[in-house]
Amino acid sequence: MGQEREKLLEIKNLKQHFRTGRKSVVKAVDGLTFDVYKGETLGLVGESGCGKSTTGRTIIRLYDATDGQVLFKGEDVQGKLSNKELKKFNREMQMIFQDPYSSLNPRMTVMDIIAEGIDVHNLANNENERKERVYELLELVGLDKQHANRYPHEFSGGQRQRIGVARALAVKPEFIIADEPISALDVSIQAQVVNLLKKLQKDRGLTFLFIAHDLSMVKYISDRIAVMYFGKMVELADSDELYRNPLHPYTKSLLSAIPLPDPDYERNRVRAEYDPNDHDTSEVPEFREVTPGHWVLCTTKEFEAYKAN
Amino acid sequence: MKKILDVKNLNVSFNTYGGEVKAVRGVNFDLHKGETLAIVGESGSGKSVTTKALMGLLPKPHGYVKEGEILFEDKDIAKLSEKELQKIRGKDLSMIFQDPMTSLNPTMKVGTQIMEGLIKHQKMSKTQAKERALELLKLVKIPNAEERIKQYPHQFSGGMRQRVVVAIALACNPKVLIADEPTTALDVTIQAQILDLMKDIQKKTDSSIIFITHDLGVVANVADRVAVMYAGKIVEIGTVDEIFYNPKHPYTWGLLGSMPTLDSDDSELYAIPGTPPDLLNPPKGDAFAPRNQFAMDIDFEEQPPMFKVSDTHYAATWLLDERAPKIDPPESVQKRIDSMASNDGKGDM
Repeated sequence: MGQEREKLLEIKNLKQHFRTGRKSVVKAVDGLTFDVYKGETLGLVGESGCGKSTTGRTIIRLYDATDGQVLFKGEDVQGKLSNKELKKFNREMQMIFQDPYSSLNPRMTVMDIIAEGIDVHNLANNENERKERVYELLELVGLDKQHANRYPHEFSGGQRQRIGVARALAVKPEFIIADEPISALDVSIQAQVVNLLKKLQKDRGLTFLFIAHDLSMVKYISDRIAVMYFGKMVELADSDELYRNPLHPYTKSLLSAIPLPDPDYERNRVRAEYDPNDHDTSEVPEFREVTPGHWVLCTTKEFEAYKAN
Repeated sequence: MKKILDVKNLNVSFNTYGGEVKAVRGVNFDLHKGETLAIVGESGSGKSVTTKALMGLLPKPHGYVKEGEILFEDKDIAKLSEKELQKIRGKDLSMIFQDPMTSLNPTMKVGTQIMEGLIKHQKMSKTQAKERALELLKLVKIPNAEERIKQYPHQFSGGMRQRVVVAIALACNPKVLIADEPTTALDVTIQAQILDLMKDIQKKTDSSIIFITHDLGVVANVADRVAVMYAGKIVEIGTVDEIFYNPKHPYTWGLLGSMPTLDSDDSELYAIPGTPPDLLNPPKGDAFAPRNQFAMDIDFEEQPPMFKVSDTHYAATWLLDERAPKIDPPESVQKRIDSMASNDGKGDM
């Protein structure tokens, strides 16, 4: 990972704590620091409840962060912003949601759903231009322009997710957060949507934060992958490097748990179990760069051991 | 091997306002003692409906077995009365449901829920049932079982709840265990534990398992044989090796090709175009034909029969007819099969 690459997003010590009672606090995201480079896809993986969705939602300001900074093109987008600043930021960052059934308003036509962003940001000068723009977007995501006047319930899950993608693209964003965009879809449809996302990225130079728990799909779509565990990032590396040479024991156990469509391999697989108590608890672990671009959460002792390998 | 279940020409339909939905259209398969049969397919392919018919759990009266037989120990389940069904259900045939969050009763202690079947079917006394429940909780590896037996479902995590569901299903030593996407709602690490647990228990009890899933990775892990369903029909059935290393049906090719492997490069995934057909008006001919790049004229006219590939391997595609041109799987699928063969199951990460 060269230094010459442009950072689109810098996240510094991001924290998101939720109060769940008078005294109890859930630390959903607890001190994340990472960068997203322009034009790359960063995969964010982890078990349910590890804080990966919260991270995405906090970055796009669906939640206000408890602490930390989110720098988008060098500007801090957390904290108090004027409406004008917010609007500008909202145009540049968009989100694709997990559930294609609940993320589209059932009372709006596809035309209005996709054009909502166009209206808010005044991107179309007249009714005709608005229409043309929506037709263009529909075609871009592989739908037909006659679909524009229909309602979401008339579409299948895969088609709905395409509508969600078109809506996100309507305001010409640079950065898209995709929160498990394919988990709710059938296998054969997943491949269609993933191919679409890859093509869009190539054609338009988009940057993606791809949140998922399906590791083989994440490996396929991502340039780099970050692994989260209990609100903390435990490992970050190029996707090939992460799969070939996982260092953190949690990453190892996660990788060894993915079932692969290969019966021979499955018969001989050995699973690695992760026990968080195996770590030396006398020292607070830190996020350290073991080899260039490969970061691991570790103590000094573990760091030396990783380095020696 | 002894045949324990024999499904012959099963047809299941639902009466809806729009008309008759033919959810399952002529399914044939059998299940041997001690084996695991995986049924794969997309949502709406009829895999869950097939198992609901096996359990006699079709929503009556609008869901019904239109034709065919389900022979379990020479009795036709499709013709049993509700009362007779209740004697079998939970005892000889038992089911694990997909969602561990909703398949347990939130107002009952888990121990009581496990004991229910034991008292009803095995005529156990409460003390005996409790002892057995404790044993079962230990069998499914729930730590601290003596305490946990007195707790309610909300006090358990998703993976632990699914263990309780497995314990309930196993309570009466069923001959056939039907698992409908038992791990879909769980994380990969928990999924791995539950799969290992099920295989382990199968070894101990020698029960047969029908495993429904859409995840081919899970299939490769658990199955002895695989049936691929599409639009209410089994389109290909064979041993797990035959389906993964020598698939014959274009739909199976599509399913295999649409999953990325961990060492796949940046090339596009092989995606099956289009969407599954509407079973309110199933298409004439092969239901997969409109999505099949290899479809021939006859595919749109007539349904292909099951062609025999080997003694255990059958596929319903006209491509296997001797008059059909010889067509190889798409390049990306072939490449995947080759790479699996070269791996030779050593599989190091």
